[in-house]
Amino acid sequence: MPAVIEVRNLRKRYDDKIAVDDVSLTVQEGEIFGILGPNGAGKTTTVECIAGLRTPDRGEITVCGLDPRRDRAGLTRRLGVQLQAGCLPDRLQVAEALELYSSFYPAPADWRALMDDLGLAAKAKTAYAKLSGGQKQRLSIALALVGDPRVAILDELTTGLDPQARRDTWALIEGVRSRGVTIVLVTHFMEEAERLCDRLALIDAGRVVAVDTPAGLTERARIEQRIRFRPSRPLDDHLLTSLPDVSGVTRRGEFVIVDGNDNALNAVTTVLARNRIVAERLRVEQASLEDAFVELTGRHLDAVGPDAK
Amino acid sequence: MSTLNTATATPFTAAHGSATWRLVRAELTLSVRDKVGPLWGVGCPLVVLVILGGVPALREPVATGGGMTIFDLYVPVLILFNLAILALTALPATLAGYRENGVLRRMQTTPVGPARVLTAQLAANFATALVAMALFLAVAGLGFGVDLPQNLAGFAVAWLLAAAALLSVGLLVTALAPGRGPAAAIGTVLFFPMMFFAGLWVPVAYMPPVLQTISHYTPLGAGMRAFEEAYLGQFPSAVPLLTLAAYALGCAVAAVRWFRWQ
Repeated sequence: MPAVIEVRNLRKRYDDKIAVDDVSLTVQEGEIFGILGPNGAGKTTTVECIAGLRTPDRGEITVCGLDPRRDRAGLTRRLGVQLQAGCLPDRLQVAEALELYSSFYPAPADWRALMDDLGLAAKAKTAYAKLSGGQKQRLSIALALVGDPRVAILDELTTGLDPQARRDTWALIEGVRSRGVTIVLVTHFMEEAERLCDRLALIDAGRVVAVDTPAGLTERARIEQRIRFRPSRPLDDHLLTSLPDVSGVTRRGEFVIVDGNDNALNAVTTVLARNRIVAERLRVEQASLEDAFVELTGRHLDAVGPDAK
Repeated sequence: MSTLNTATATPFTAAHGSATWRLVRAELTLSVRDKVGPLWGVGCPLVVLVILGGVPALREPVATGGGMTIFDLYVPVLILFNLAILALTALPATLAGYRENGVLRRMQTTPVGPARVLTAQLAANFATALVAMALFLAVAGLGFGVDLPQNLAGFAVAWLLAAAALLSVGLLVTALAPGRGPAAAIGTVLFFPMMFFAGLWVPVAYMPPVLQTISHYTPLGAGMRAFEEAYLGQFPSAVPLLTLAAYALGCAVAAVRWFRWQ
């Protein structure tokens, strides 16, 4: 698949702090590419440079083969952007906004169909200020798509939404991708990245830590399984520690916690069965993208990075 | 500014009008919904006009006014007053507000360029000012028997140039001010001396010669001079008209040049 966005050695600093230190990534046509990292990691600055809204200090960016700074007219026709900081006049109505923005493009999408698709038809005559957070986000997506772009950048789309609205928005994004639009999704929600992204870049402190599929990233982090259960009768730790797949056993109250590799669960249940011990309230904690992030960066995702705005 | 190739525009867009026209319409709709612009920019000078019209002393002819009364002189002053409010307070507040809360930032991601955004603001305020001017002339004429300017064509040219000059100053203020607060402050600071030189408090004819000379080269002073000449039946002379045109052109070019989306 051809690359739609190519970023090489991007660097951008504001006054005294480095927002983006060294970011390189390639987005392929038709994929949902996630940019994931804690607040202040440089995600927004990266996409603002891709959208040509900021001039990088160093590095090269091409979007659909265009220079985002120099070829504004060409870029804005191919790239739809939903920005965190974007807004509309309070009294502008939904239909008016869509009609107005569609007039900015030489070959726009049908804004009425878009309004229907995004479930905004009932709000056509509602003023922007009177919309709920979820409705504003949906309008924001509609405005990013009204120019019928090949690529859409969606920045922190679901921040501030309740869980239901967030799930609805995810379904929408999948719908957008099925129209053939390549999507760059900026997020700091693991669940969102895991659910939506084909590939993602982990960004921390202005650098790309890893680029891979969500599954690839968790694998790469080589995180152990953690098995937790309450034995039906007393159990000698040695039974478990002697297993080659198990790396550690700890006790918490009446619970036993076993750490080990991918085969540990098999080995543990076999030993328990042989000794006629039932593992009550058995729980296996699988490595998540969250764990992968901690493993790869040494930092929690909801922790605020050193360059937080 | 834009490199849009109109030849490739689809019938879909053609049927829906150009972006500039859509922006102008949206701005007019919003300003009517906001009510602040029309009420403050049009209503306030109109109230002043009605009050001044009720003061008998102002209806006496002025010695240097060529047979005009002080009230007659106040009609063009208030037309300028209206232009100045729109240009120096309403326009910067709207545009700087758009910049502050991200409206312009969103537009920046579309093919619409600064020139069209500014043109829309200019046109919307122009339309409001035009309605206001017609209203002033009608109220002054029908309510208080003030004659229309004797040289109507000259008055129209002077008004157009004065409106263009003031609105361009307003655009430049917005371009240079860092935010909504500073834009409003600069607008207000400019507003009072400019209105002084237009003769809002003291008719220009009563000012000392130095102040009169300064007045002639301020946008409102030049506008006032052109209006007076049109009222007295002449086509306005070149100096005030060129002064206004220079302000309009210079400030508009500078405003586009230093326009900031964020």
